[in-house]
Amino acid sequence: MASGVKPRVKVPKKASAGETITIKTLISHKMESGQRKDDDGNVIPRSIINRFTADFNGQNVIDVTLEPAISTNPYFQFEAVVPESGEFKFTWYDDDGSTYEEVKKIAVS
Amino acid sequence: MNLKPWIAIAAISLSGAAFAQDSSSLSVEGEALLTETAAPEHMENVDTIYSGWRFRSGETQALQTDDFDNPAMIFVDKGIDLWAKVDGTEGKSCSSCHEDVADFAGLRTTLPRVEDAGLVTMENLVNECRTERMGAEAWKYSKGNMTAMTALIGLQSRGMAMNVAIDGDAAPFWEKGKELYYTRVGQLDMSCSNCHEDNYGTMIRADHLSQGQINGFPTYRLKNAKLNSIHGRFKGCMKNIRATPFAEGGEEFKALELYLASRGEGLVVETPSVRN
Repeated sequence: MASGVKPRVKVPKKASAGETITIKTLISHKMESGQRKDDDGNVIPRSIINRFTADFNGQNVIDVTLEPAISTNPYFQFEAVVPESGEFKFTWYDDDGSTYEEVKKIAVS
Repeated sequence: MNLKPWIAIAAISLSGAAFAQDSSSLSVEGEALLTETAAPEHMENVDTIYSGWRFRSGETQALQTDDFDNPAMIFVDKGIDLWAKVDGTEGKSCSSCHEDVADFAGLRTTLPRVEDAGLVTMENLVNECRTERMGAEAWKYSKGNMTAMTALIGLQSRGMAMNVAIDGDAAPFWEKGKELYYTRVGQLDMSCSNCHEDNYGTMIRADHLSQGQINGFPTYRLKNAKLNSIHGRFKGCMKNIRATPFAEGGEEFKALELYLASRGEGLVVETPSVRN
């Protein structure tokens, strides 16, 4: 697992049914592209988050493929329609096989 | 062909389009922060002081208005982890002695200050704790651990007005800082004042010159995607004018930091700010 990885998510706690809400996510990650070399001229191995998904009550909302050119600490902001109360599950997939998860509940009135 | 009228027109339109600071007002997480106030009395050539935030583009400004969007907060989170992390031979963390980091509210506004006939900065205080009370190694002056910690501590003072002591013991340091501010150095033969006092609000190539206020440090810069210390920024400025920078944490930069802090008296702490 890459060091210093910490996901952060901002989801409103409440919404009305059918409302479109804005979700902000950010994960601290160095996103090493695999193109750079260290002081001795050796290639620094690629280490990035390669996929990000968000699910609402098991249904997929967004599924993103990330490429090496994406900067450090990738930030995503997107909108989702919430039909009912439930929970969002956010998953980041690291090149080294580890996954980072964050769950946020939302109450719909 | 007579070019002179054209030159005159060009000069007028340029001065007309002088990009002064904008008129936006800053609020962070719903709390309004003052970005403009009357200059302190000791400043002879400037009437109003402005936060550097006012000179940035709308997109950059927006990043600072929400703590989730502010990329510097990643480093503050790291600071929180470091705060509780035991390090050194004494088996202590910051939190072993200082229970709550919120107790440091107001500290940022009074630094640098004089202790035992020497000027100390926040970095010095952190390292003093680390070496003398924790038995840990001192952190490098502008490296990631240090800026994360100073951002966390500085954040506690956000919204409080800068108010450093410049009289009494501090007076000789302040005079030295003032002298440095107005001394031309480097191959380009420029002083701090040439840009930040005589020409703030205008463009220096693609960059919009601010007054060089330090109330938002450590600051997240988009150009290097990390937190930058005050002395690190001084160093960058000196390199730009092709001078040999003074040492980070050295007497010259500490004196300059004191002088600049006094030039920002009345502006509120914005730590951690976002700049380009």
